[in-house]
Amino acid sequence: MNEKMLIRSMPWLVTIGLFVFWEALCVITGVETFILPRPSVVFASMVQFAPQILHHSLQTLMTTTAGFALGVVGGALLGIFIGASRLVYVGLYPVLVGFNSIPKVAIVPVLVIWFGIGTIPAIITAFVISFFPIVVNVATGLATIEPELRDVLRSLGASRTEILTKIGLPRAMPYLFASLKIAITLAFVGSVIAETVASNEGIGYLMLSASSSYNVPLVFAGLIVVAIMGVLMYAVAVWFERRMTGWAFRGSDLMS
Amino acid sequence: MQGPAFVKIDGVSLTYRQAEEETLAVQDLNIDIQEGEFVAVVGPSGCGKSTLMKLVTGLLDTSAGSITIGGKPVKGPVQGVGMAFQNSTLLPWRNTLDNVMLPLEIVEPHKRRLRREKKAYIDQAMALLKTVGLADFADKFPWQLSGGMQQRANVCRSIIHEPRLLMLDEPFGALDAFTREELWGVMQALWMEKRFTAILITHDLREAVYLADRVFVMSKRPGRIIMSKAVNIPRPRSLETTFEPHFGNIVHELREHIHSVRES
Ligand SMILES: Nc1ncnc2c1ncn2[C@@H]1O[C@H](COP(=O)(O)OP(=O)(O)O)[C@@H](O)[C@H]1O
Ligand SMILES: [Mg+2]
Repeated sequence: MNEKMLIRSMPWLVTIGLFVFWEALCVITGVETFILPRPSVVFASMVQFAPQILHHSLQTLMTTTAGFALGVVGGALLGIFIGASRLVYVGLYPVLVGFNSIPKVAIVPVLVIWFGIGTIPAIITAFVISFFPIVVNVATGLATIEPELRDVLRSLGASRTEILTKIGLPRAMPYLFASLKIAITLAFVGSVIAETVASNEGIGYLMLSASSSYNVPLVFAGLIVVAIMGVLMYAVAVWFERRMTGWAFRGSDLMS
Repeated sequence: MQGPAFVKIDGVSLTYRQAEEETLAVQDLNIDIQEGEFVAVVGPSGCGKSTLMKLVTGLLDTSAGSITIGGKPVKGPVQGVGMAFQNSTLLPWRNTLDNVMLPLEIVEPHKRRLRREKKAYIDQAMALLKTVGLADFADKFPWQLSGGMQQRANVCRSIIHEPRLLMLDEPFGALDAFTREELWGVMQALWMEKRFTAILITHDLREAVYLADRVFVMSKRPGRIIMSKAVNIPRPRSLETTFEPHFGNIVHELREHIHSVRES
């Protein structure tokens, strides 16, 4: 019971400890605010600029979710395609790996040329960056079906589609949901990068404009808000994972 | 002997080709199995028993020779076969009942009828689970079942669609001795009730003699049939039977034969 409470409160304790350490470090070293503002100053700035921060974080949340949603749909479909067919797998996988090695910042200027400054490049960047882990995971889930399981279905006379729907997809589900956790945080990275380079809205833009006017506390406030949104979205992904694929956790205490 | 064989394995060989390497797994197999007969195939590990099973179910194509089931040559996966493996291959996301009902979603005519006659099919599956003592575990998931229970469910799944031919590939191999012997009784009861044709692959001689009407002994790779032995012990056989001298003699005879092959 006591240990359980400790486990539950650990993340909070660590976070608070981190801020306390940061505050103490600033006080002791007397570092200037425009280099590293103290957390208390950052939080004050967060309160002071609350309306702007809210506006821009909602924008970021919107572009991230939109890009992520596209990534999930596109990634899952392509993953099924790749995982279900050896031929597609062999043909497409190297291309995907190559594509994934391109730093996504590098494509933002291209997106600006195509779509102009604004929401679209942010959504697309979030999409391309969150797409890959989903494809790989879903394809892996499908490609690693136990041969005996496939044989049982084949010996019953199951068609390829039936093998896919009866065992392939259910088996790929835990892989899909595991990838969502990674993908959602990556989607944030993508949209914030794009907003920093090519937008007039969003947390990325807010931080960039704050830094160009030397409002360093606001820059840090932006960073913290991004982190908080990332953690929240991660938690949502975990919650979905547990709900949808509880069987994959074998009723362990992870279910709690 | 009797009428034409239900399963006819005629001069069958199989060579696995993997890159440069060729493995002759089984060679010149000839087996005739009557409808409703229970046969066992025993042999050392790696002699091609599982290969034989895949050939009969059409999961593999023969390299030479032919196989017919009910007079029809086997080309590609055969309809109306049940299969159970050593690892239970239950789907972890389905409970016991849904696992057992899986073949009904695939095999005609059940597939067509399942939606309309769901209730009747569920009753049928529950009745089957009851005969193997799993009625109370219908809504449990595989990881909540013991190894023996998983295999019971596995056997139920392999016969729910009333196949005419049941293939069992070391289904009790991973179980402890007590559970295994218990399941022999369960298997025999199911077979006596439904009278499907069964091919049991095993490396347990007592299991083979307990369950089968005829036992085939395979040599080590490349697997050939080196002996066939009729088991004329009346049914139902029980654990008591396995202690009778006649039973012991048959097991002994099989064992000696296998040993003589291994040494040669
Ligand atoms: N897919 C495969 N490719 C190549 N060789 C195989 C394959 N499957 C089995 N073998 C080989 O064929 C032989 C017989 O295998 P198997 O039928 O599984 O034996 P058993 O079930 O009697 O233990 C073994 O030597 C094994 O290594
Ligand atoms: Mg085997």
